[in-house]
Amino acid sequence: MPSSLSPSAFEALRAEIERIEANGRPRKGVLPFGVDTVDRQLPGGGLVLGALHEVAGGGDGAVDGAASALFAAGVAARTRGKVLWCVTRTDLFAPALAQVGLSPDRLVYFEAGDEKSVLATFEEGLRHGGLGAVVGEVSRLSMTASRRLQLCAEETGTLAIAVRRWRRQAEAADFGQPTAANTRWRITAMPSTPLPAAGVGRARWMVELLRCKAGEPADFELEACDETGRLALPADLADRSTTAPAWARRAAG
Amino acid sequence: MVGREGRRKVVLAANAAALAQRVRPGLPAAEARAHCAKLIVEDADPAGDLAHLDRLAVWALRRYSPIVAADPPVGLVLDVTGAAHLFGGEEALLGDMVARLAATGVAARAAMAGTWGAAHALARYVAKPLLVVTTEQSGRAVAHLPVRALRLADATVVGLGQVGIDSIAELEAKPRAPLALRFGPELTRRLDHAYGRQAELIEPVEAPELIQVRRAFAEPVGAPETLARYTLKLVEQLCMALEADGLGARKLDLRFHRVDNRIEAIRVGTAKPVRDIKRLTRLLCDKLEAVDPGFGVEAMVLAAPLAEPLTPRVVANDLTETPVPDVTDLIDTLANRSGGHRLYRAAPAQSDVPERSVRKIEPTAPETGDGWPQRWPRPSRLLTRPEPIEAVALLPDQPPVTFTWRGVRRRVRRADGPERIFGEWWRRDGELDAVRDYFQLEDDAGKRFWVFRRGDGERAATGDLSWWMHGLFG
Repeated sequence: MPSSLSPSAFEALRAEIERIEANGRPRKGVLPFGVDTVDRQLPGGGLVLGALHEVAGGGDGAVDGAASALFAAGVAARTRGKVLWCVTRTDLFAPALAQVGLSPDRLVYFEAGDEKSVLATFEEGLRHGGLGAVVGEVSRLSMTASRRLQLCAEETGTLAIAVRRWRRQAEAADFGQPTAANTRWRITAMPSTPLPAAGVGRARWMVELLRCKAGEPADFELEACDETGRLALPADLADRSTTAPAWARRAAG
Repeated sequence: MVGREGRRKVVLAANAAALAQRVRPGLPAAEARAHCAKLIVEDADPAGDLAHLDRLAVWALRRYSPIVAADPPVGLVLDVTGAAHLFGGEEALLGDMVARLAATGVAARAAMAGTWGAAHALARYVAKPLLVVTTEQSGRAVAHLPVRALRLADATVVGLGQVGIDSIAELEAKPRAPLALRFGPELTRRLDHAYGRQAELIEPVEAPELIQVRRAFAEPVGAPETLARYTLKLVEQLCMALEADGLGARKLDLRFHRVDNRIEAIRVGTAKPVRDIKRLTRLLCDKLEAVDPGFGVEAMVLAAPLAEPLTPRVVANDLTETPVPDVTDLIDTLANRSGGHRLYRAAPAQSDVPERSVRKIEPTAPETGDGWPQRWPRPSRLLTRPEPIEAVALLPDQPPVTFTWRGVRRRVRRADGPERIFGEWWRRDGELDAVRDYFQLEDDAGKRFWVFRRGDGERAATGDLSWWMHGLFG
């Protein structure tokens, strides 16, 4: 990268690229996480609406998809309108999703027989444009399939989240394959926030941003979604924290 | 029920109480009266029965399938090709039909097979009360049935009995020419109907009160684009007719009358009354690929067997408020494509037992506004069936120190609990004393689990103290 380019030249170039990429479509909005550390890493200051985002669990989470589903639900909860969730396995537990702010009234499930119909429904939901977010649980996501999803999402401005979940741990290597997704996240459970008494505190995640279009990869240690679907920076990690200790404002989840 | 058979008055039908008194169909009326003094005798009314059967057929037309006909004296025949998806499969459709008839006091049996003849025979001789046989297996399924199942005249059945032919398989094995010579062409025709060698037309019942539009073609058409174009035209006409009555369609039938006298049909359903031309056309055109136009289609009929008043909706009542977009049309599209049972919303059910606390409701059901208690931690993935684990724990109410699940031994770093859930004795007697103690466990890596122990650890009646894995937290 030549150092002679001034920051303003960078900005101009970025705007130019954006203009070419948008291809006449209206500018997309973003959905900020509300956590500065994370939002700073994302171009535009948040998850781009009208784009495909991939989430997978780390370690065992690649198979059970428990943390990745909650992460996706937390993001979907902060959009507006109904949310369509396409699954092949029916182990999603609605009360937990309600606890991260995704109320059961907003969430429509689609139970597919196979992954092919998950992708077809995913695409149909994105193309409609009336939904706030569409979540699809898939194991394989080819370049072609992800490109189609990305284009549909761009067209209508609907947020698309692919929760990647595999049958076996070994298959999770598939997450290294390139797709057309805008961002790629990996969520791994970490020991929860310590409490002054015996008990389990607010869950913590290692949130890894593995790939980000027009941005740098990064990783964050964050507290899991609260009842409005927001992540938080653990108080013991935040610089010059003015917030109360984590256990004092402990939220369910 | 008493009616005339030739010159005699005989019993034609009897209810269960009468059957218990040995009053059987075929018994002379006078003898039946002698058997049972309190017998209530009514005159049979074949014309009335037929009219009622027709009304039942119209009910089935509205609810189940675009092609329905009465199959006198006591049957209905439905062609459910292209309609079963709305109920989530053929078995579900039959189950729904039998259950609904049972609720009105009609004990019905239903069978589905590749041909009318086979389904007729199976429904009367095998179904108990449901039976679904694939088209390929229809022939084998009817083989062992008595020849009476073939819808033959009584004289023919008796005649076949005299020459020693009792089952359909025996009849099938005999040379056809002598059979036709002796019993007439009807016998071999019925045999062919049952085996599907000869097509049998179902003349669908027409309900004059239904809104329907028809288009006949001077030349048979068959190209998919042409069919799609005329579908649009028919939908436009139908919507005009619906608008005149202030109605919206809940179900639409599109029938294709082919030149070879067969009828192909598709049916689509909507969650709410719809009169939107674009939307209805899209739903129908989605299904067009399932239609086989054969040598050509000479007429298309579009009917709305189920229409409901379409009430105007307030779009926005506030200048500042942007309305939440309506997604009913998306739900209709998906439901018609893959089956309505695949789409649902979760709603709270009145139960503390986790697997019973969620019920499925229609995706377009009105918003309930209530949720589950927020204070208790709930896992984001609930195992369909709790899995046994080996755990080491102190009694009566300490969480496990270590546990082994799916072959992996984990040490518990932090734990929370117990959350005690009592059995629901009003559902099952066995749950009278049952207790589950739920614990939230966190292992060294930070992975969190939801496990429970059967029993409260003090009284043996509450459970056997075994440990079970039930869910995973995110």
